[in-house]
Amino acid sequence: METTETKTQVQAAAPATPKPAAVKPAPKPAAPTAPAENEVKPIEVEPSALRKEMERLKAEDMDFLECLTGVDWMEEGLGCIYTLTSTSTGKVVHVKTATLDRENPLLPSVSDLWAVANIYEREVFDFYGIRFTGHPDMRRVFLREDWVGYPFRKDDETEKNNPLRMTNEPLADDTEELVLNADGTVTSKRNTIFADGDYVVNIGPQHPSTHGVLHFRVALEGETIKKIDPILGYIHRGIEKIDESLTYPQTLALTDRMDYLGAMQNRHALCMCIEKALGVEVSDRVKVIRTMMDELQRIDSHILFFSCLAQDLGATTAFLYGFRDREKILDIFEETCGGRLILNYNTIGGVMHDLHPNFVPRVKELIPYLRNSLKELHALFTGNVIFQNRAKGVGVLTKEQAISYGCTGGTGRAAGWHNDLRKTRPYAAYDRVKFNEVVREGGDSFDRYMIRMDEILESLSILEQLVDNIPEGSIQEKMKPIIKVPEGTYYSAVEGSRGIFGVMLISKGDKSPYRLHYRSTGLPLVAAMDTLCSGSMLADLITIGGTVDYIVPDVDR
Amino acid sequence: MAITKKPVIKNIPYEEFKDNETFEKLVAELNQNGTNVIVSTLDDLINWGRSNSLWPLTFATSCCGIEFMAVCAARHDIARFGFEVTRNSPRQADVILVSGTITTKMAPVLKRLYDQMADPKYVVAVGGCAISGGPFTKSYHVVMGVDKIIPVDVYVPGCPPRPESFLYGMMQLQRKVKAENFFGTTNRKEKDPYEAEMETKNEQLLNQQEEA
Repeated sequence: METTETKTQVQAAAPATPKPAAVKPAPKPAAPTAPAENEVKPIEVEPSALRKEMERLKAEDMDFLECLTGVDWMEEGLGCIYTLTSTSTGKVVHVKTATLDRENPLLPSVSDLWAVANIYEREVFDFYGIRFTGHPDMRRVFLREDWVGYPFRKDDETEKNNPLRMTNEPLADDTEELVLNADGTVTSKRNTIFADGDYVVNIGPQHPSTHGVLHFRVALEGETIKKIDPILGYIHRGIEKIDESLTYPQTLALTDRMDYLGAMQNRHALCMCIEKALGVEVSDRVKVIRTMMDELQRIDSHILFFSCLAQDLGATTAFLYGFRDREKILDIFEETCGGRLILNYNTIGGVMHDLHPNFVPRVKELIPYLRNSLKELHALFTGNVIFQNRAKGVGVLTKEQAISYGCTGGTGRAAGWHNDLRKTRPYAAYDRVKFNEVVREGGDSFDRYMIRMDEILESLSILEQLVDNIPEGSIQEKMKPIIKVPEGTYYSAVEGSRGIFGVMLISKGDKSPYRLHYRSTGLPLVAAMDTLCSGSMLADLITIGGTVDYIVPDVDR
Repeated sequence: MAITKKPVIKNIPYEEFKDNETFEKLVAELNQNGTNVIVSTLDDLINWGRSNSLWPLTFATSCCGIEFMAVCAARHDIARFGFEVTRNSPRQADVILVSGTITTKMAPVLKRLYDQMADPKYVVAVGGCAISGGPFTKSYHVVMGVDKIIPVDVYVPGCPPRPESFLYGMMQLQRKVKAENFFGTTNRKEKDPYEAEMETKNEQLLNQQEEA
């Protein structure tokens, strides 16, 4: 048996090996000389100097903390990479810091500079055990409070320490804050999450309107929301950790299962990150196909958003009409990709299959069809007085809050923040199409809803421009049988269905990534729920949660 | 006399179901001690009603949940089979469709949901994750199959399963319901968790009475 297996391996490898040498002599010498387009050279800062450096960057208009990646560098210590972006100039800066203390790693918190850092630092604490001094709420965010160890550390014995616990999970009402004193000592302080007299209602994890298994602890004052404490992790699968033991082509499969309504864009982001790191340029045809697929996915996601929101507010008819239209897009996906929801279409260096012959006529049919049915959807739901009363002026997020919380996508654009990556950092074929970035000023639930409905029209217009101009070319670049990304740190991002989806890839030159971190589109949105809902009625929680449009498996990863 | 219950499902003839062997084994097991003619006739009547009005719990953790929504919606329309009354409370539901990955943090919650449902109750494991952990078998935080926590009646493979597979799985469940005995026996698949507790309580009461 063994001999036959090796034989087939040799046969499979034999035709593949001469090809890359023959086909792409050009990029090969280019790769070592020019650094990859998306390679990140972070500013290295000592933990003691981090706070000052971050304050300086914040003052220099780096007002958006795009991504915070915890990393275990082993001998170089435990630390973080901060990705900072300026919303006015579009400049991106990466800052790296690491501490050598593995027993009691401490870093200064930046949660008072960027509100979103609060939940990001809790995530790093959960995975790596790094505690942040000055952070008001140092609790685990995804794992149970009685979890032993820190699973993302390279030397953690996760499975041994954590058998399946069938007891109800403990939920603390107070939390720890580490205070860094002037003389360098650290003291611990207890902060309360809910005070003794608070009336706390649990919503979720099993609730049809939380869009997945999300748990909110809500403190109420009569019917008004005083405070929300989101409990995450009911669908945390540790995808980033699994990725560390998979080869690069294997890691692609899990991206579709994070944000399944942005499956195309997620996979696009990871493929793009790896391709750029390898110095591979995909053909024009692939770029256009990917752009079209991304836009179809966006329409699919926004129609589902409409349907679910309508269903949550009791408009079952609108739900059925929305799904009727969504099936048309799924038909197009199914013919070309083979899947309806999990598509597995993009590959490193191209796409899995060529377009189905029906693709172009079907898309041409879809464009006028959807334009008509959008009018129907608006007539069914948008003008409804109940919906208008429940959405207008409810759950207002200002532009400053949106930037501080990192609420990208429709939620940020509803508040007047121009954050569309397709405009600010064009990728794939977005630089050759004309479309408007839909932005509104109000920042309330109704604006968030309208942004998505209008974006469907913009996506249709992108499709219209591209459908007749799909260039000829190969659909898959020749790749080596075993893909090894050169050593370094790489960051790429795309505009997902609900915000910026980023991929931070740290490679040590192996066939699997050393660390792969996804900037989840939903995590900042969930973090902002407390601010969004405070002062609103309990019933508005459903409207606000629906219009903010988070997908819980994407939040938890 | 061998008992040959062949439940009729509209649209699919009995022979066209893929796995009839397991099903026939189940029927034989259920009717090992023979059945009462009157009771079994009543059974048939009530099972006809039960199997055509299975109320699912709206329970979804990830991708499969979206496909479940698609099954409920316009094109696939589970109302044709009588499953459209999705309940938000486990106390009103007959069947729980475990659609999506179950993590170790979710496991006690799922178990509690199952315990809250009233007998007779059914579980359908939908998708690779619910069956065996699916693509997340290497994960430190995923339960490798819901049958480790609760008894499963029907497995629907796929990642996620197509709406047609959903419906096929639900029809298999209908067959199972139709073959069961409703009167006389309970269809509990696990040991009564309160049996031991009740026994000790009974003993205590008896002792108290004796003492008095």
